[in-house]
Amino acid sequence: MSTKNNDWLYTISPKQKLIHLNFSEIWRYRDLLFLFVKRDVITQYKQTILGPLWYFIQPLFTGIIFTLIFNNLAAIPTGNGIPPFLFNLAGITSWNYFSTCLTGTSNTFTANQGIFGKVYFPRVITPLSVVFSNLLKFGIQLLVFVCFYLYFVFFTTKASNASPQFVIVFLPLLILFMGFFGLGIGMIISSMTTKYRDLTFLVGFGVQLLMYGSAVMYPLSYFKEKVPEYSWLVEYNPMTIIIELFRYMTLGIGDFSIFKILYVGIAIVLIFSLGLIIFNKTEKTFIDTV
Amino acid sequence: MKNKDIILKVENISKQYRLGLVGTGTISHDLNRWWSKIRGKEDPYLRVGETNDRSSKGDSEYIWALKEINFEVQRGEVLGIIGKNGAGKSTLLKILSKVTGPTTGNIKTKGRIASLLEVGTGFHGEMTGRENIYLNGAILGMTKKEIAFKIDEIIEFSGCERYIDTPVKRYSSGMTVRLAFAVAAFLEPEILVIDEVLAVGDAEFQKKAIGKMQDISRGEGRTVLFVSHNMAAVKNLCTRAIVLEKGSSTFEGDVDACIEYYISNNTNKETNLSYLSYNEDKILQKIEINNKLIASGKDLKIRFQLNLKAINSTNIHLGVYNFNDEKILHLSSEYFNKGYISETSEILNCEIEKNPLTQGLYYVNVGVVSDKIEVERVKKCLVFEVLNSDFFNCGIILKPSTLKAKALAEYKWY
Repeated sequence: MSTKNNDWLYTISPKQKLIHLNFSEIWRYRDLLFLFVKRDVITQYKQTILGPLWYFIQPLFTGIIFTLIFNNLAAIPTGNGIPPFLFNLAGITSWNYFSTCLTGTSNTFTANQGIFGKVYFPRVITPLSVVFSNLLKFGIQLLVFVCFYLYFVFFTTKASNASPQFVIVFLPLLILFMGFFGLGIGMIISSMTTKYRDLTFLVGFGVQLLMYGSAVMYPLSYFKEKVPEYSWLVEYNPMTIIIELFRYMTLGIGDFSIFKILYVGIAIVLIFSLGLIIFNKTEKTFIDTV
Repeated sequence: MKNKDIILKVENISKQYRLGLVGTGTISHDLNRWWSKIRGKEDPYLRVGETNDRSSKGDSEYIWALKEINFEVQRGEVLGIIGKNGAGKSTLLKILSKVTGPTTGNIKTKGRIASLLEVGTGFHGEMTGRENIYLNGAILGMTKKEIAFKIDEIIEFSGCERYIDTPVKRYSSGMTVRLAFAVAAFLEPEILVIDEVLAVGDAEFQKKAIGKMQDISRGEGRTVLFVSHNMAAVKNLCTRAIVLEKGSSTFEGDVDACIEYYISNNTNKETNLSYLSYNEDKILQKIEINNKLIASGKDLKIRFQLNLKAINSTNIHLGVYNFNDEKILHLSSEYFNKGYISETSEILNCEIEKNPLTQGLYYVNVGVVSDKIEVERVKKCLVFEVLNSDFFNCGIILKPSTLKAKALAEYKWY
């Protein structure tokens, strides 16, 4: 007599639920997440002379160039007498986090096919690790922003009108929005590129184009004033809302409305869920089509 | 029947692949698929598809890399999976280790499965050996705590103590593999899937690796699925095996029976009685064996016809191999004065009066050595079969226990 014991630990089968996210499994692999983040951080600037200093240099120089071109040359006003450099730095810092999350996760499958093809672990760990390791870079860039902020406030009179708003306590939530917005889009793109590589071409210049449509180097109000017929394009871009919110929280300028916060929150939840669904659908068989 | 503790159950697993380039046509196929799904119909591309035979050309773009595979594995069992290249072994292991999903069927398991499909995945050249042990261990499913607990053992097993804090990109390829295998060897899943890892490292390390595998399976009672072309290793490690052929499992059972089935089905069954050189300058012109079917203990005679232009002090070496590629006999002419190729006789014979071979297929490699340098080599020039027989002339043909030995000997008991 054979006693059949039917309490299987798990079953591998072709059928899958719409969202098959095994949180306990992801939790079990949390060390892997940590080690991936550590790997990304320590290997990125190996064999460079300046090392992590590059984290400072990138936003600094972009800020200077932006100020020269957009404020000094094109004379875009920042509003409320905020120093243009500080204004640009705020935009760049938040934009950078979003865009590095997006580009870093958008090639998840193609860049990791070697390892994905050989060993199983929850695939979501890989894009998540990108979001977390970029968080460190974001932290450093935020520090640069804070340093210049303090400099402008205490050593010049230029930033006398800048004042952090009370809602700054929600800054962590806003950062979460940036990261998960980038992650959501990145997951969608990475899933699509396993079969159709066309999207990889789009990512490079698409991100750059999107930057111009996200109010990074101009205030939304100025855009509305100058190009009112297309302003809805910029206005309802979730990234515009996020960047405007960031500037509102830190500098006290920009657009702030509960409606838009709700809108952006819902949009990000939707995009992120869509990303998760597509990512989950892809991860099971992508190795056959990649 | 005894109570079986089945830890892994594979039911009706099939896997379909699309052949050719994924490019033009996939969007239309995808749309087609989507359209029939909406109408509640069956996937139109699942119906087509042929069996997986890489050498014959088919009409369909889709093939079944695996078709309706069923088997069960008990706790503590070491199951070998044997098959030719492209028989579907790796696909099966990929499905088992969740790298890719099956097209149909289910796999049920009671334990965590970890795979060693290829060692060294996820190593990062810029990180040190120690950092890579942590990373690789975590990729394979260990927690940091588990790794920290075992790290000294892992480093010792790898034999890379001196370089452990050096970036892995400075390692030799052998050292990388050693380190990677060491991490994998200390994994502790309930079910371990291993694919061809033994083909790495130098001889010393291979021995160590096989030993570790045996420890894992025997000593620690872990369930292991083992895929290899190395029949000797399979025989050594496994208790049971399945044979895959063209995507379906054709034989299942005791490991010896499986290997025998595999060998007799996958080697040229045609025995090869003679070898003929088409180059007149070669020393070996013709090699013949007296009989393609020889009973154990009977006369085995190999006849060489040589080119007389051959140089003096030339020896002929003859190796008899079984189909596990293990050398059973080495018959060299250098111990016999007469064996030197003389300039008068173009015929040379090698004779075993009572051959000590056990039942099975054998092949012969011949080498010609002149002044300690091998000048000519013919591989698999002869293939012959040895039949079971009454070796000891006592009216009993050899029993299975005796046949497990690689060679026989005449002996006495008194």
